[in-house]
Amino acid sequence: MLLAARPAHGYELKTELERHFGGLLPALNDGQVYTTLARLERDELVESHDAAGDARGKRIYALTASGRREALQWLRAPAPEAKLKDEFFLKLALSASTGMGDAMALIDAQRHATLQSLRDLDSHPRDGDDTVPALLREGVALHLQARLRWLDVCEERLEN
Amino acid sequence: MQAVLEGRALAKTYRSGDVDVLALRGVDIRVAPGECVAVVGRSGCGKSTLLHLLGGLDRSTAGEVYVEGRRVDGVSDAEWARLRRRRIGFVFQAFHLLDAMSALDNVALPARLAGQDRAGARARAGELLGELLGELGLENRVDATPAQLSEGEQQRVAIARALVNRPAVVLADEPTGNLDTDSARAVLELLTTQRGEDRGLLIVTHDPRVAAGADRVVRLRDGLVVGDTTLAATGTRQRSSSSSRAGDGSPVRIADLGRAAHPLAADTADDRGGDLCDGDVDRGVGGGWTRRRSVAANVRSDQRRARDRHRRSADALGAGERSA
Repeated sequence: MLLAARPAHGYELKTELERHFGGLLPALNDGQVYTTLARLERDELVESHDAAGDARGKRIYALTASGRREALQWLRAPAPEAKLKDEFFLKLALSASTGMGDAMALIDAQRHATLQSLRDLDSHPRDGDDTVPALLREGVALHLQARLRWLDVCEERLEN
Repeated sequence: MQAVLEGRALAKTYRSGDVDVLALRGVDIRVAPGECVAVVGRSGCGKSTLLHLLGGLDRSTAGEVYVEGRRVDGVSDAEWARLRRRRIGFVFQAFHLLDAMSALDNVALPARLAGQDRAGARARAGELLGELLGELGLENRVDATPAQLSEGEQQRVAIARALVNRPAVVLADEPTGNLDTDSARAVLELLTTQRGEDRGLLIVTHDPRVAAGADRVVRLRDGLVVGDTTLAATGTRQRSSSSSRAGDGSPVRIADLGRAAHPLAADTADDRGGDLCDGDVDRGVGGGWTRRRSVAANVRSDQRRARDRHRRSADALGAGERSA
């Protein structure tokens, strides 16, 4: 996707990803970046050539025409809203029927984990509220808060 | 370690008409020096009652209260008042500042009530306000009255007032309840950073984000403690790995999201004003919103672009980070 802006070599792409996602992104290793680029090249979405005047043999990657189409299509399509893509949801639903877990204990444990995630998120050094990583973090925080509220609802319903 | 504040087997029964309402049914709670404890639970679970008993604003039906190791639940009202002035700071949801007084005098008031002279009290208040409002560039607004301050600023003044006599513990009742997200976060940061190594902090809240900021979260339900969980301190570890790679680029700014500076954006600009979902590449997606930009939105984005240009030229004069 980032190649749509301009051709770049692998390290530049990694840096750009970090500029966009800040600490939300798990640390990337160079291997992942290059494996992905190799796969995209195999699928003819990306093409590469040696950087001019670079003795170390850096390769510059660029989008192909079909890569651009693919990128545009991905960008314009609304992201699917995941409804059941939640492991805790599955655990809660299955704890009773399998007799293997106490739903209330699951809720307590999950609540602790979610509070901890929210705490970790808020203790990030702040990039400044006008940055994209800060905006994305706010989104994650709202998701976590919704989750905590939902855990309260689960607890209430289970009590009754 | 001796707790700065402790309640043992606290119970409170209210008489409501002909029935007794059990607001608290035997609650144990302690706040260690330097510790931040959040008390959470649904409305009516007894959390505000607990705070009132611990601060001597109300008397328990049974149980004991200790402030810095000293048992105080049986002391006189006058002694409670003295304790509240000197050892316990309060922060409320509705700020409770005195409208007729300046921010500075509001903060100085508890110091005056504790016996400090006017000059000393005002000096101490000024120092605290400088510290708490300084980062907002408000240190020169200490003469403003509460009505002239935003809600976030008023809560900062109220926090300064709670801290002016260097209390052993601060009790906060929904301190962010009246604040927007950003002010709430700033106020929470202030409360937690100002507690230092010795001062305890007890926050009653229904705001999960405030609870997540505490060291320990105590949950009440129907007047009983049903959960007590300690959260791990998180430093700046997530960042340390990437900061070693810093210098490669500063975070992307939100303003840059709106700018049409690269080929992809230029491409989508072709069908601006049209339906974003009518292009051939989008066939099959279906049902998208048609987003026609209003004149006002265009004006806004023009202004944004102008700001961007200005900022980019400022960047260019600076580090030239984008040349990489």
